Amino acid sequence: MDLHKLSLNQQLNGLKEGDFTSTELTSHYLDRISKLDKELNSFITVTEDQALLQAGAADKRYKEKSNLALDGLPIAHKDIFCTKGVLTTCGSKMLSNFEAPYSSTVYEKLDNEGMVMLGKTNMDEFAMGSSNETSYFGPVKNPWDTEYVPGGSSGGSASCVSAELAPVATATDTGGSIRQPASLCGLTGIKPTYGRVSRYGMIAFASSLDQGGVVARSAEDAALILEAMSGHDSKDSTSLKLDKPDLTKGLDDSIKGMKIGLPKEFFAQDMPAYIEKSIEEAIEVYKSLGAEVVEVSLSNINLSLPIYYIIAPAECSANLSRYDGVRYGYRCENPKDIEDLYMRTREEGFGKEVKRRILIGTYALSAGYYDAYYLKAQKCRQLVANDFSEAFKSVDVILSPTTPGTSFKSGEKADDPIEMYLQDIFTIPANLAGLPGLSVPCGEYEGLPLGMQLVGNSLEEAKLLQFAHSYQSNTDWHKKMPNI
Amino acid sequence: MALSDQELKEIAYLARINVNEESLTSLKKELEDILGLFEELNEADTSQVSAMSHPLDLSQPTRKDEVTEENLREELLKNAPSVKSGLFLVPKVIDGDN
Repeated sequence: MDLHKLSLNQQLNGLKEGDFTSTELTSHYLDRISKLDKELNSFITVTEDQALLQAGAADKRYKEKSNLALDGLPIAHKDIFCTKGVLTTCGSKMLSNFEAPYSSTVYEKLDNEGMVMLGKTNMDEFAMGSSNETSYFGPVKNPWDTEYVPGGSSGGSASCVSAELAPVATATDTGGSIRQPASLCGLTGIKPTYGRVSRYGMIAFASSLDQGGVVARSAEDAALILEAMSGHDSKDSTSLKLDKPDLTKGLDDSIKGMKIGLPKEFFAQDMPAYIEKSIEEAIEVYKSLGAEVVEVSLSNINLSLPIYYIIAPAECSANLSRYDGVRYGYRCENPKDIEDLYMRTREEGFGKEVKRRILIGTYALSAGYYDAYYLKAQKCRQLVANDFSEAFKSVDVILSPTTPGTSFKSGEKADDPIEMYLQDIFTIPANLAGLPGLSVPCGEYEGLPLGMQLVGNSLEEAKLLQFAHSYQSNTDWHKKMPNI
Repeated sequence: MALSDQELKEIAYLARINVNEESLTSLKKELEDILGLFEELNEADTSQVSAMSHPLDLSQPTRKDEVTEENLREELLKNAPSVKSGLFLVPKVIDGDN
């Protein structure tokens, strides 16, 4: 049986019915990883022994009829989530020897439901990148065509789920790092409302934008896992004081009479014809399901990219000041004094893109520039958020492409930071406003998948997933998988 | 948006990142391009808005002032590059004979 072709709910039922054990399911994925991941490089660490132990424990619970909600289901974790006693690198030389002394809340919540960790997935260094080419552990390949990038920064998570080396994976999104790789790899990826998922033990990049989420093969799978990851956590002061939402109950509800907004500013931009065509077709599907489609205006949306490239580097420069070669992580050889230790440790331990962003952030926060850059950006950010609030008075979700194109070849944009930054032009606004956003596959061009993005109002993940699920119940794009 | 070599070196020092002379020119160009992006913000009228702090504008939750952290000293020291007598070891920071 092709166990990897089963949805998460089918796998869960198979485990409950005793059709197969978690040890069999886990071994099946571990075999696929050992056969197929040499080329893809989607994992930094494969935790084979630990996975088989966890699977054995799940099997025992099934036998004793004391099984947990997601017992025995395998999952891959982005290597940004701390996992106690397991290498946690964040894709950086700086943390290439770091074994986390504690686990992230996300890992613990899923572990408490019985999920089996297959390993830690590759990513752009410190989650800074849109192609997974900045990882210290080498680039990740797109399973649809290995000459192409999987997107980033959660490129390893997207690549391994797309290649069916894991049924689902955790991911994080600061400016599009879940939705963009999901789009480029033909997957469903959701970033919830800021504060929905605890950031405790999730290595910080830009704290006011970072949010954990999931990449999966369908909205149904994503809903199951995101629900288990969500909920208040007193260890994260920005965690929302709300119980975890019910994300699966309303999936099959009709979207008839609900309203979809199309932001005219997005559609005014030059878009490849194949994207326009795919998005138009998706809109037709929604219309046939009874949704109403209207134009909305997000008049400050064009400010999003500059706002993001002030706020994210500024927060990154503060967050990454902790990597000083003293308490953990990489330290340069033979420092002649403490200053030399700091300067060379950080020169040698960080990659090019990370250093570039630290320098930009340091500049934006330095004396004399703070008001002009950081403060101005935080004010403009409020303008973008206000635009969304206004739009959500009249629509339920906002629809757009996820990315400005399908995947691109490795190396194609690596030397031009701004060209790379433009990858996130449609995804960044949701992070700035703290809103939930999701990408679902909606087409294909020259053999590569592409996605559409749905952004919802605060805390409306359930509605987003309902929209995504109703689309997926009437289309097949999400069922297409790469031939590998 | 032009940066001088001196400015770039000062920023690099503030960030405690060594930048070698050879990469100075290309780095400067990249940073200038990115800083150039920011000029678009000058056109936005922000006189009526205040800076955003939390997207949902919630107050910070409080908890009882109780000790919740375990003592992880040994665990934490395991990841340190250099340790002596339970302390982080760094090159000498204070000059002088005494």
